[in-house]
Amino acid sequence: MPEATFLDANELVLNMGPQHPSTHGVLRVILKLDGEKVLGCECVIGYLHRGVEKIAEHRTWTQFAPYVDRTDYVAAVSNGLGYCLAVEKLLSVEAPPRAQAVRVALTELNRISSHLLWLGTHALDIGAITPVFYTFREREEALKIFENYCGARLTTHAFRIGGLQYETYDRFEKECLAFCDMFGPKVDEYEELLTNNRIWVARTKGVGILTAEDCKEFGVTGPLIRAAGVEWDLRKVQPYSGYEKYDFQIPAGKNADTYDRYLVRMQEMRQSARIVRQAVETLPEGPIMAKVPKVIKPPVGECYVSIEAPKGELGYYVASDGSTQPYRVRIRPPSFVNLQALDRMCRGSLVADVVAIIGTIDIVLGEVDR
Amino acid sequence: MAATPWDSPLVASLKSRFGDQITEFSTYVGQNFLVAQPQAAIPILEHLKIEEEFDYLVDITALHHPKREKQFDVVYILYRFPPHNERIRVKTMIGEGEKVATATTVHVAADWLEREVFDMFGIEFEGHPNLKRILLPEEWHGHPLRKDYSILQQDNQWVKENLGIESGQ
Repeated sequence: MPEATFLDANELVLNMGPQHPSTHGVLRVILKLDGEKVLGCECVIGYLHRGVEKIAEHRTWTQFAPYVDRTDYVAAVSNGLGYCLAVEKLLSVEAPPRAQAVRVALTELNRISSHLLWLGTHALDIGAITPVFYTFREREEALKIFENYCGARLTTHAFRIGGLQYETYDRFEKECLAFCDMFGPKVDEYEELLTNNRIWVARTKGVGILTAEDCKEFGVTGPLIRAAGVEWDLRKVQPYSGYEKYDFQIPAGKNADTYDRYLVRMQEMRQSARIVRQAVETLPEGPIMAKVPKVIKPPVGECYVSIEAPKGELGYYVASDGSTQPYRVRIRPPSFVNLQALDRMCRGSLVADVVAIIGTIDIVLGEVDR
Repeated sequence: MAATPWDSPLVASLKSRFGDQITEFSTYVGQNFLVAQPQAAIPILEHLKIEEEFDYLVDITALHHPKREKQFDVVYILYRFPPHNERIRVKTMIGEGEKVATATTVHVAADWLEREVFDMFGIEFEGHPNLKRILLPEEWHGHPLRKDYSILQQDNQWVKENLGIESGQ
């Protein structure tokens, strides 16, 4: 009988990343494998850490606003909205109705563009090349609206504390409505490519299950918890910026797997388009800025404000010492918290599924590492 | 505007359960928070989770007040799902070198959140299964979100050794 060989040691440690195309940035995952089966994994993050929260303490409240766009850079409008709402809460001011409606329209367009980027790259990771060309085509239309509105496409800095910097441009309503008209059939097109596609279904159904209990335990929010059957969306349960005025549904899944998360996000895009349409059609007239002082000095105090970002609950914990600079700005990033559940989702699945699972969490490393 | 006292059935039940271990119940800009003794923080989180359904730990963060005797605030943000749909904060104050017990025994989500607080503030969580830096490299010296850490400061030794930049900048 031969001596024990290396083949008897059936556990293998495999390093994935940080330079790996399907980790969507610089995420390093250390996998422990038994053959092709994943026994567990550990994430190593921080490669994109820029000390955003430290920078906040050395800028004025106004100056810091553009920095938050650089955390989740594919959903910059949402970040800006969260930060503005948090500072407005400290100042006890509210943006005027027109500003709120424009905020909602742009934020929902941003949700669509963020989900489109997710869909394209997620499908690409799994091996479907075509959808990314389709989704980028429509994403471009949404980005053009941002560009026409504020001059920037990604890091928009669209909002100001107290309202909006810019009045909408002449064709704003028309272009938003044209986008909504165009967008519905396009989602059908994506669904035709994927929803009943045998390979897609085989690669996503039953993969990366995270039950509702697990979601709550890990603090996982956004499409992940909705795909687990919890109809929970901050736009409904704690409405902000006038979301209570719009008619929309919270899509939910039931199997808590990658496929259901895909379905939930597809539905969310349709709902977002509905909200954009309502916001633009009922756009009130009036001022776009609340009365805020030129130099913003919130009274001493702390507050936590969170919004439903495309990836989950995005919170800002802001503290003021009464000066012109924030005493502390804590960004509660959905990607960071959701990524923590990767280990639980990967256990027992195959190596190839890890790529699908990272994609389905929809992380942006800029937000994970800040 | 100052914080006003917070009163509700929840407050009454917490008062009878924890007595003077909770020193303050307040509301500021419509948000409720309580201040507790450091050793009571985790029992409170556990009580809130099991008895009051606050089963979603939203965030753990900290603030540094270098001029205070108890330099650090550790803040736990909790939420309970509908029908309650309520968010509260549990705050505790600790001095330099003091430790708080880990919340990982109550909420799994506390793992990375506590590691980040440790990384940025140097606050140690007793009993945490894997308390090491999360965003900065493991060999890094210093905790950047402390107020005495300059914005231009960095671990020059680390930069020199790992990035080969002689000046360290």
